[in-house]
Amino acid sequence: MTAVQDVALVLVALVGTLVVLSRQPARQAVMVSLYGLVLSVLFFAVAAPDVALSSLVVGAVALPLMILLTLAKVRRSEE
Amino acid sequence: MSPRVRTVVLFAGLAGLAALYLCALHGLPGFGHYRGPYGDVINAAGVAERHVTDMVTAVNFDYRALDTLGEEFILFVSAAGVAVVLRRGREERERETAGGGEEDADEARGRRPPRTSDAVRMVSLLMVAPVVLLGIYIAAHGQLSPGGGFQGGVILATALLLVYLAGSYRRMRRIGPVTLVELAEALGAGGFVLVGLAGVLSGAAFLADVLPLGTTGTLLSGGTITLISALIGLEVGASVVLIATEFLEQALEIRGAERHR
Repeated sequence: MTAVQDVALVLVALVGTLVVLSRQPARQAVMVSLYGLVLSVLFFAVAAPDVALSSLVVGAVALPLMILLTLAKVRRSEE
Repeated sequence: MSPRVRTVVLFAGLAGLAALYLCALHGLPGFGHYRGPYGDVINAAGVAERHVTDMVTAVNFDYRALDTLGEEFILFVSAAGVAVVLRRGREERERETAGGGEEDADEARGRRPPRTSDAVRMVSLLMVAPVVLLGIYIAAHGQLSPGGGFQGGVILATALLLVYLAGSYRRMRRIGPVTLVELAEALGAGGFVLVGLAGVLSGAAFLADVLPLGTTGTLLSGGTITLISALIGLEVGASVVLIATEFLEQALEIRGAERHR
């Protein structure tokens, strides 16, 4: 394993833990986005650029977006 | 079962799982040492057979295109499901559109949503054109380099959401009206099936290549791979836009019945 792969693996473990530890939904959505970004770096480091791109668009963009939009709706309903 | 017994059972199970997990880890091939024959066969035959240089795209849109068809319809059904679940209820009504300004009004009376900062508007505006270009590039070059319709489609969808960030929800709706988005989604999903049926009509198998393969390394190489990739891009982009529009409509436009009794 190269140094880049080592760093990426450690980052995935670190950010993944942070996602679980953040208790505020909006903050958690941002952490999920960061997790998608770090995960795509890992996929890129292990020579899977196609999967890296998918992880980037789904994990870092689409999923947090859906969570944030749902939160916006739920908050408006609660007011 | 008392809490104590439950804890014992839990840790016994976890210990068993850990043992099996370590055992399985021991049996894994070394890091970076691929064993299976399938990937090697594709790598050796793919370029000559399909005239594409990205083998992942070749597998997704040709060798295992039937799987991709199923996955595409998962997204299609999800978007349809969101549209059905978030449809306007009988008691809900849309914010009066007569004289509706550019600002997105909040549903709570007498309160405006927090203004989008000028910095966000500026950066979003500057990013729209590059993002559109990147999306088209990724979607069109799937047969040559990493990427393809799926990734390109999501990137194109985010371009429309940048319009929402830079301008307003109404402007976003004007650029991508729901009817047009639904049409694009249906066209992408239906087109994939039609390309597959064209293979059957030509006397070969479902999703068999019916188009000229072209010169390897050029934009129009790959035959149906490139066509299916473009259709997937259309379907995925439209699905993401549709889902986001439905959620945004719920958050910004619908007045809940309970507050107007």
